Amino acid sequence: MKTAVIVFPGSNCDRDIATALHDVTGVAPTMVWHGDTELPADIGLVAVPGGFSYGDYLRCGAIAARSPIVAAVHAAAEKGLPVLGICNGFQILTETGLLPGALMRNAGLDFVCRDARLSVANDQSIFTRGYDADEAITVPVAHHDGNYFADAGTLDRLEGEGRVAFRYAEDVNGSARGIAGVLNERGNVLGMMPHPERRIEAAHGGTDGRRLFEGLLAAIA
Amino acid sequence: MKLRIIVTLKSGVLDPQGKAIQHALGSLGFAGVADVRAGKLFELDVADDTSDQAIDDMCRKLLANTVIENYRVEKLA
Repeated sequence: MKTAVIVFPGSNCDRDIATALHDVTGVAPTMVWHGDTELPADIGLVAVPGGFSYGDYLRCGAIAARSPIVAAVHAAAEKGLPVLGICNGFQILTETGLLPGALMRNAGLDFVCRDARLSVANDQSIFTRGYDADEAITVPVAHHDGNYFADAGTLDRLEGEGRVAFRYAEDVNGSARGIAGVLNERGNVLGMMPHPERRIEAAHGGTDGRRLFEGLLAAIA
Repeated sequence: MKLRIIVTLKSGVLDPQGKAIQHALGSLGFAGVADVRAGKLFELDVADDTSDQAIDDMCRKLLANTVIENYRVEKLA
């Protein structure tokens, strides 16, 4: 399966996600520069990587969300193309309106960089079918602004519609209702703060992240 | 025309930075600071014929994230 990885000035997890996708799909992803206006043809997934796009100026992900390529990602997502945003990628997807809510400064004000225990809240989506419902997994986090916020009505709707993909098993950053990752209404867009691409082989300390990519590949290949 | 645009978190949105500043004021001995809300200030120099609609669009499309923030526009001159 062909995939694409968007690269912004300040992306620093683009090669990690590219390595993960190459490893799992057998095909090196196309790296797409933020100033481009079109995605490659025939791709099955777009990944919006972590990092500090545009130096996190204004708000995390705000300026990236207004870049030319994100308009193309937004349009493709609305037509059903799977889109995975990790960390800064999650922030960008909320800023561009593909996902509800916003990521705010961590409640503890610290940059949090460590393994996080997660539970799988929805094992039915294309992104999470490699896991079992309520399964406990360990995936690293590294962020300063991962405190998920949405108003109570939106949170109720997300929970009611099964759109919470992952929850923190412990309070990592103050996120509303422990939310670590959310799906869009159609289920083809996932944003998450933890980094599954940093947990894909035994040398990383485990393979819990790899199963996201394997499940995704099985779902959309 | 000079504009001053003030972006603040909506009420009800927890402001961890404001809380930290409030605690720091307390530890400096300033009693009675009941709450602190941190925000952002933008000063823009725009063409005199810039419409109110365009200014509003700038705020909603980029300067503020209206999921969590409110904005207020002051025309200075």
